[in-house]
Amino acid sequence: MSSKQITGAEIFLECLKKEKVDTLFCYPGGVVLKIFDVLFDQKDIRCILPRHEQGGVHMADGYARSTGKTGVALVTSGPGATNVVTAIATAYMDSIPIVVFTGQVPTALIGNDAFQEADIIGITRPCTKYNILVKDVKDLAQCIKEAFYIASTGRPGPVLVDLPRDVVTNKAEFHYPDKIKLRSYNPTVTGNPRQIKQAADAIAAAKKPVVYIGGGVILSGAADEVRELAELTKIPVTHTLMGIGGFPGTHPLSLGMLGMHGTYYANMAIHNSDLIIAIGARFDDRVTGKVEGFAPDAKIIHIDVDPTSIRKNVRVDIPVVGDVKHVLVDLNKELRLVKEPWDAIRKSWLKQINEWREEHPLDYDHSEEVIKPQFVVEKLYEVTGGDAIIVTDVGQHQMWAAQFYKYDRPRMWLSSGGLGTMGYGLPAAMGAKVAHPDKEVFSISGDGSIQMNIQELGTAVENNIPVKVVILNNRYLGMVRQWQELFYAERYSSTDLGSTPDFVKLAEAYGAVGLRAEKPSEVLPVLKEAMKSKKPVFMDFVIDRYEKVFPMVPAGAAINEMIFGEEKKKVEKKLKAVK
Amino acid sequence: MKHIISVLVENKFGVLSRVSGLFSGRGFNIETISVGPTLDPTVSQMTIVTSGDERILEQIIKQLNKLIDVIKVADLAEKEFVEREMCLIKVNAPSEQRAEALRIADIFRARVVDSSQKSYTFQVTGDEKKLEAFIELLRPIGIKEIVRTGKVAITRE
Ligand SMILES: Cc1ncc(C[n+]2csc(CCOP(=O)(O)OP(=O)(O)O)c2C)c(N)n1
Ligand SMILES: [Mg+2]
Repeated sequence: MSSKQITGAEIFLECLKKEKVDTLFCYPGGVVLKIFDVLFDQKDIRCILPRHEQGGVHMADGYARSTGKTGVALVTSGPGATNVVTAIATAYMDSIPIVVFTGQVPTALIGNDAFQEADIIGITRPCTKYNILVKDVKDLAQCIKEAFYIASTGRPGPVLVDLPRDVVTNKAEFHYPDKIKLRSYNPTVTGNPRQIKQAADAIAAAKKPVVYIGGGVILSGAADEVRELAELTKIPVTHTLMGIGGFPGTHPLSLGMLGMHGTYYANMAIHNSDLIIAIGARFDDRVTGKVEGFAPDAKIIHIDVDPTSIRKNVRVDIPVVGDVKHVLVDLNKELRLVKEPWDAIRKSWLKQINEWREEHPLDYDHSEEVIKPQFVVEKLYEVTGGDAIIVTDVGQHQMWAAQFYKYDRPRMWLSSGGLGTMGYGLPAAMGAKVAHPDKEVFSISGDGSIQMNIQELGTAVENNIPVKVVILNNRYLGMVRQWQELFYAERYSSTDLGSTPDFVKLAEAYGAVGLRAEKPSEVLPVLKEAMKSKKPVFMDFVIDRYEKVFPMVPAGAAINEMIFGEEKKKVEKKLKAVK
Repeated sequence: MKHIISVLVENKFGVLSRVSGLFSGRGFNIETISVGPTLDPTVSQMTIVTSGDERILEQIIKQLNKLIDVIKVADLAEKEFVEREMCLIKVNAPSEQRAEALRIADIFRARVVDSSQKSYTFQVTGDEKKLEAFIELLRPIGIKEIVRTGKVAITRE
């Protein structure tokens, strides 16, 4: 090794190159100027300047979700750092690998309430997988290596690295460790063979099994293994909001989504099952409904890389800790040895499920006069041939996007599931588009959500990132309004957005394309026009203001106690029963 | 149910706050916590007394294990162990009560670490029961102040 001394800023750049980072979402400020100065001369990494730091980190998140690679962002100290907290928490709740670098005041000033100082390590401790304050330029390379390693292994998550100004300006020799070993961090990869054997036995013995997959299947790249398991044993598969694309949505064994806005047949199948095979899912309360009423007769197999997910919310009979893909490869091996006539065994269960499917298919009231949001999503599916990356914001539109578009592959669906962050859609879509310039990327947003990070349209235009934004415009904070209609005696407190801006003009003001549809007949032409555009597009779909998301499991009810759109009376009766 | 959990952690900046933040953030209870160095200067030892049912305890242990800086977690309830706590107690000791105070201290093998005309400060070490009994006996005399270290524990060979 030469003993050449380089600055912390140069070390930073070298480390990113070693990690094969090709895109950096970065916003400058005083204490990180040295880094920006170094970035100015290089060509290896594309630097994208968002309009707000939150947007920048959501972009890194969208980049990570759509590729499986680690997303990277850099912001300044103080307000730059505090601006990214929501985006970091969003990634944390959904286990997304990102590394966020924040500037910090010089080490000698830390704790002095210096100008633009924030204790970002303290602030983000509960919403990062790990965070590191680098105190000496000599440790910088090692810390960055650790950050990337921790973010991307085990149960992935965001890691924050805080860089005091003197660490960035001081010099040291650059040496990047090839391998890293932390005595206190050794995620379990392979599952215990005894547990896997037990799981296989339970599957062979089950009469009414259901596979329930979550985001872990996407994160571990286990979609093929899930499919093999389902097809081999003829077990139907339901997915969470995060598990969308972990099993083909068009597959005959797919039950669609379960939980609060899941399908009737998925929830009935889970409720009446005698075995649940939970894979990379965490039994969130939006999925289980009332925990005491959840799947009363089912044995539960739970496969997850994170032992804390197991037995956190529900009882588990056969826990298997390990990377989902590894465990499924082993489990499928066991199951191939089982010589059961799977088709015959499963016949009556699948017949029962089909009856449920016919009883209450996913549907909505069609209309010739007013645009139904579900219709827009269906048409989008048609126009894109089911092949676009779909990113969402949070609200009713998110649920319609989950219900009425069919996702056949992983990483085509990006949505803030755990934190439910309005404002995620546009910037995350941009991150995905940057990583996949040849793919169509659509954000399905609400008129409320889009206004939470609308400024990023400027970034999209400036950097030529042609994302297409479907705004399902109901002039309401629709999801909240829905709860008020159903559970708060139609008292619409603070949910009527009244006048939303003219999204068409707004798009044009930014130099993007603005389109509008006000009648059902205009939906398809607008979508087709957007598909053709080489620029970012805002599509304003003026939809039925009063449309609601159904089916729905009211908060506090068990998941078989669903309410449907067409039966308002039943709604009221069920609600009384719940109270 | 009370549990004593022994945790080995990296001796790094901010680790105590990660551990205590975990407890407060998830609504787990900490009764006492003590931290000190070990034979290996890069490793610290924490002894945490907590309470909760079996499910909560399982979560506490798993969550502690999940923290990046935690090297090892042991629930001492699964093992034979010795526990000790030290306590400093300042009691009223005007002339008519001095003898009585010393007599009680003697029974518990407490040492006088400070004395003034009107008070004694005792140092006593033992398990929880012993400390509680000592405090109860001193109470009628008049306790001015108590400072306790929290428990430390070690497994038996
Ligand atoms: C940052 C943030 N604030 C508040 C909420 C609570 N919330 C959930 S959905 C929703 C309404 C969203 O409105 P819009 O984006 O118009 O979507 P719609 O439900 O109308 O489709 C609100 C306020 C949230 N999820 N995120
Ligand atoms: Mg809306």
